[in-house]
Amino acid sequence: MIRTYALLVWAWTRAAAQYRVSFALMAAGAFVIGGLDIAVIWVIFANTDSLAGFGPAEVMFLYGTSELAFATSDMLFGNVDRISQHIKAGTLDVMLVRPVATWAQVAADRFGPHRIGRVVMAAAVLGVALARLDIPLGRAWMVPVMVVSGIVIFTSMFTLGGALQFLLTDAPEVANAFTYGGAMLNQYPLSVYDPRIVQGLTYVLPLAFVNWRPGLYVLDRPDPLGLPSWTGLLSPAAALALAAVAALAWRAGIRRYRSTGS
Amino acid sequence: MIDAAELGRVFRVRRQVVHAVRDLSFHVAPGEFVACLGPNGAGKSTTIKMLTGILAPTSGRIRVDGLDPARRRTALARRIGVVFGQRTTLWWDLPLRDSLELNRLLYKVDRKVFRDRLDELCVLLDLGAFLTTPVRQLSLGQRMRGDIAAALLHDPAVLVLDEPTIGLDVVSKAEVRDFLRRRNAEHGTTVLLTTHDLGDVERLCRRVLLIDHGSLAFDGTLDDLRALVPGRTSIEEVVTDLYLSSRGSPRTPPLPPVPGGTSGTA
Ligand SMILES: Nc1ncnc2c1ncn2[C@@H]1O[C@H](COP(=O)(O)OP(=O)(O)O)[C@@H](O)[C@H]1O
Ligand SMILES: [Mg+2]
Repeated sequence: MIRTYALLVWAWTRAAAQYRVSFALMAAGAFVIGGLDIAVIWVIFANTDSLAGFGPAEVMFLYGTSELAFATSDMLFGNVDRISQHIKAGTLDVMLVRPVATWAQVAADRFGPHRIGRVVMAAAVLGVALARLDIPLGRAWMVPVMVVSGIVIFTSMFTLGGALQFLLTDAPEVANAFTYGGAMLNQYPLSVYDPRIVQGLTYVLPLAFVNWRPGLYVLDRPDPLGLPSWTGLLSPAAALALAAVAALAWRAGIRRYRSTGS
Repeated sequence: MIDAAELGRVFRVRRQVVHAVRDLSFHVAPGEFVACLGPNGAGKSTTIKMLTGILAPTSGRIRVDGLDPARRRTALARRIGVVFGQRTTLWWDLPLRDSLELNRLLYKVDRKVFRDRLDELCVLLDLGAFLTTPVRQLSLGQRMRGDIAAALLHDPAVLVLDEPTIGLDVVSKAEVRDFLRRRNAEHGTTVLLTTHDLGDVERLCRRVLLIDHGSLAFDGTLDDLRALVPGRTSIEEVVTDLYLSSRGSPRTPPLPPVPGGTSGTA
């Protein structure tokens, strides 16, 4: 699966490399867009010294860890939740007759190396925050664990979103009610699925594990809910559990796949 | 090589149940060349999708080269080649050569073996002129030849093609047919194709499967098919008759010949 993914990503990267200028512009664009969030944090702290008891460096740390996990996961695997496009275009049929993992093919398809811009911005923010925070080594080891767990969690959410689309395309009326309030029921026999909805959900739901609980541990803050601080260490376990659920859902989705009548 | 027994597939579309394929049984021996005919919506593509493991059957049993396609899809993918006339298996934005090379890596074909096979296919399918052209810029005929090459680079025992000649001009059609016939004769590759083009059938196959409303309406040689509807000489007329009678329409009397004939006047 890793080999398949790497081969396809390499092919797409080479295809993108033919358009160097556009790659540079798009990467710069992604970098700047990532920077806008930072500007917001900046504006807030121009007016106040602390946000819910957190200083600017601490907020940047919390933002940087989750954003780095999300941006990396989105760059590498974000395409798995665009699977409804493959279902509609019939390209999923083509992927299914190749002797390699479908998930890796979908994840690598149209790999966009320019999204590295947003990853770089997130890494820079996290770097600045860590430099200013001076976290002791005894708790700093949790930072990479947090980021990796975050990548696994976000990727699992993308995969669940993709698996859900197999079910939604099974029941067009449900899918359309979900996306368009049913207004376009007959125009779109298969669901046209808005990835932004799931992206919103994937960002909010697992944040507690990716970021908040372990973040409190790293920053050595008491939990406002009163949970003991070791619960902050549970994020890798949560990530693995979610990944297992996502893998099962994906497999179930592929088995339920019904292609399109042409 | 291919074994289908009481194969069935239903789709539930808004509370309605569509029997795309029902009670389909047939057997294809190694090295056979079989054409699958049938009107639009007969269930040909659905059958192909069950053969290749894309769709799981809802009833019955199917084996391809001894494997259950839906359960052993990836293992089967190494042993079969699949061509969809309506969509490409190549990467749209990559040059044809890169697409084929990527296939080589995905199918784990040895570099040396690959080069020999590609050389052979390049000659037979005349790919040389457009190997470096991105797939999206190829003509339909070129793309189809590229697709066929891609399906054969891992030297599959079975080649399955869903409407490979659809939309092709006369010359491209002839090239594809010639190639498929040679491949079947010289490599012993088992070929199963679906088509609406009766010319394909007359030039290629001894055996015809006629599918209508999801079930097998006829399985036999072309001559048997002709004998089924006496008084009809062309295969077109025979098949039209069978389609119409399966719909319950009365058999139309043979048309009188066009006055002045059809030859030499154009
Ligand atoms: N994914 C699908 N969902 C719902 N109905 C389908 C699907 N695929 C095929 N069908 C229906 O099954 C029947 C057979 O279709 P198909 O196998 O594509 O026919 P053919 O290829 O012979 O033209 C048609 O009535 C078609 O509408
Ligand atoms: Mg079809």
